[in-house]
Amino acid sequence: MSQHVLRRERAREGSPWTGMWAVVAKEMADNLTSARMHILELLIALTAVGAVYGAIQEIMNTISEDRFLFLKLFTEGRLPMPAFLEFLGFLVPLLAIAMSFDAINGEFNRRTMSRILAQPIYRDALLFGKFLAHLFTLALVLTAIWLLIIGLGIVRLGLPPSGEEMARLLWFLLATIFYGGIWLALAMVLSIEFRQPATAALSAIAVWLFFAVFWKMIANVLAPVISPVRYGFPEEQLRLVQTQLFLWRLSPNTLYGEIAMALLRPEIRVMGFISPVQLSGAILGTPLPLSQSLLLVWPQMTGLVAATILLFALGYVLFQRQEIRA
Amino acid sequence: MAEEYVIETRGLTKEYDGTVAVRDLNLRVRKGEVFGVLGPNGSGKTTTILMLLGLTDPTAGEMRVLGFDPMRQPLSVKARVGYLPDQVGFYDELTARENLIYIAKLNGIPRKEAYRRIDEALAQMGLADVADRPVATFSRGMRQRLGLAEILIKRPQLVILDEPTQGLDPQAAREFLDIIRDLRSHGISVLLASHLLYQVQAVCDRVGLFHKGRMVLEGTVQELARQILGGGYRVQVEAEGPREILLQALRKVPDTLSVQPVNGRVYELLAQRDVRPEAAQAVVQAGGKLLSLMLEEPNLEEIYARYFQEVEHESARAAA
Repeated sequence: MSQHVLRRERAREGSPWTGMWAVVAKEMADNLTSARMHILELLIALTAVGAVYGAIQEIMNTISEDRFLFLKLFTEGRLPMPAFLEFLGFLVPLLAIAMSFDAINGEFNRRTMSRILAQPIYRDALLFGKFLAHLFTLALVLTAIWLLIIGLGIVRLGLPPSGEEMARLLWFLLATIFYGGIWLALAMVLSIEFRQPATAALSAIAVWLFFAVFWKMIANVLAPVISPVRYGFPEEQLRLVQTQLFLWRLSPNTLYGEIAMALLRPEIRVMGFISPVQLSGAILGTPLPLSQSLLLVWPQMTGLVAATILLFALGYVLFQRQEIRA
Repeated sequence: MAEEYVIETRGLTKEYDGTVAVRDLNLRVRKGEVFGVLGPNGSGKTTTILMLLGLTDPTAGEMRVLGFDPMRQPLSVKARVGYLPDQVGFYDELTARENLIYIAKLNGIPRKEAYRRIDEALAQMGLADVADRPVATFSRGMRQRLGLAEILIKRPQLVILDEPTQGLDPQAAREFLDIIRDLRSHGISVLLASHLLYQVQAVCDRVGLFHKGRMVLEGTVQELARQILGGGYRVQVEAEGPREILLQALRKVPDTLSVQPVNGRVYELLAQRDVRPEAAQAVVQAGGKLLSLMLEEPNLEEIYARYFQEVEHESARAAA
């Protein structure tokens, strides 16, 4: 009995979500009206139209029959224009970082933090509300672009997408949003850690550059160090390739790339190293059903979501411990 | 803990990695009074306020704000306490009204009621004309008043103001003090942290002096004057007559601590209360001619200066 009373005494009163939706509404309104978001949205829309236009030209030039024409809108590129998928790989992080790099330190710099936290809400509501609002904005922008591309495809190709294609595209959209989630969470952590928004933005962009450009090179150098090939046995070669793959997959860019490939290219049946055993009995070039493609990249999907949650949790802990006075 | 206190702390202590910001604070603010918290920068005023709002956890000690524990029931406390931080900031790109709507939403005030209260508060603070202008265009005084409007829409029982008049022009500062008096007349208790002594003296019922994380003095200005200045009332007597006789007569005036001849005909009395009638009587009875009487009331500025002089003196002695 006394222990029960004690526990109730110790518990915080009320719900940590009080006021969260007010924060979400305010932040979304800010995001959707801010100039920096308009510029980025315009940029993405332009690249989308350009890339998809190139893809359509490419598709029209090929005469071979294909069941998944709509998926090619995202994966085909017409030189010198890369495919829209590749654009997304670096535009989504940019969009996410642009939204979140001043999420928390901006409140401190505007001296609104103590005023907001003096309202009857917990810090949880502010942080979670901001994250959700940014994620919703990202989802909104990406969905709009996604619909734009599909619409362009219907008009230019003159045929509607099949149910299977739509299902694959929906999963792809979802994966893209979660890929953005990682960068949102990262930018948020940095905006908590650094009081200067410029520092937070630059370090977020540094991390993004690191994974987008340098990580594969570094992984290729590191892999032989971790799993050296001494005598040239096939086992050693295999181990080297596996180490390399593992290192690559530490980067969210690789994870996202693999997910997108598996979802948008149904004929892909293995990620990474293919042993002859895996190919026995397979008819090359035949597409996998959606459920099998999903199964193929399920670990990557889980990885993306887990990384987002981990980063957010880190930010949460940092923010809870932060002293309010500057 | 007693009902009549809106703020009550016992042994409140806060350490920031090794340094003590607030040490063993026993603060009591009565219902309906204006309590002034004085002290130099870094003496623990803001830290104390943040603890009272549950925005930072104390290292030790207990506290009650409006009967709630800010550590366990921060939402109840923050729903009833209005807080105006020093150098208050707003979302510059939003209008005054939009800024207040956000706060009303965070407080969970129903929309219709919120709009009514916002209009009311803006009108009361004289911001009705600029309600739909972005806050970026506001002067410092207007921002400060917007901060108060924000507090008013909460209908608080206690208002905590941290350096509210810093950086305001004299006219705006005077208006601000009027608003504080107005709050008190509506039965709202006020905790006012400031180092602008004249203003604190003008509105506060009681004051507490903070020094190095401790509240070293507490009471009404008169009480502090008695404690520190040993009186605080200065009476200047201008009289003609034999100097020795007049001095002797004035020294006999009750509650007078000392008498100093200033020049020619002027004598200065240091007393525990207003002793003008008695001094006049003494001069006349001693056969002098009374020319004028002047009273200087105890002054917080003087108390403050004297206190820190003494502290420095003592620490210098301790060092030697």
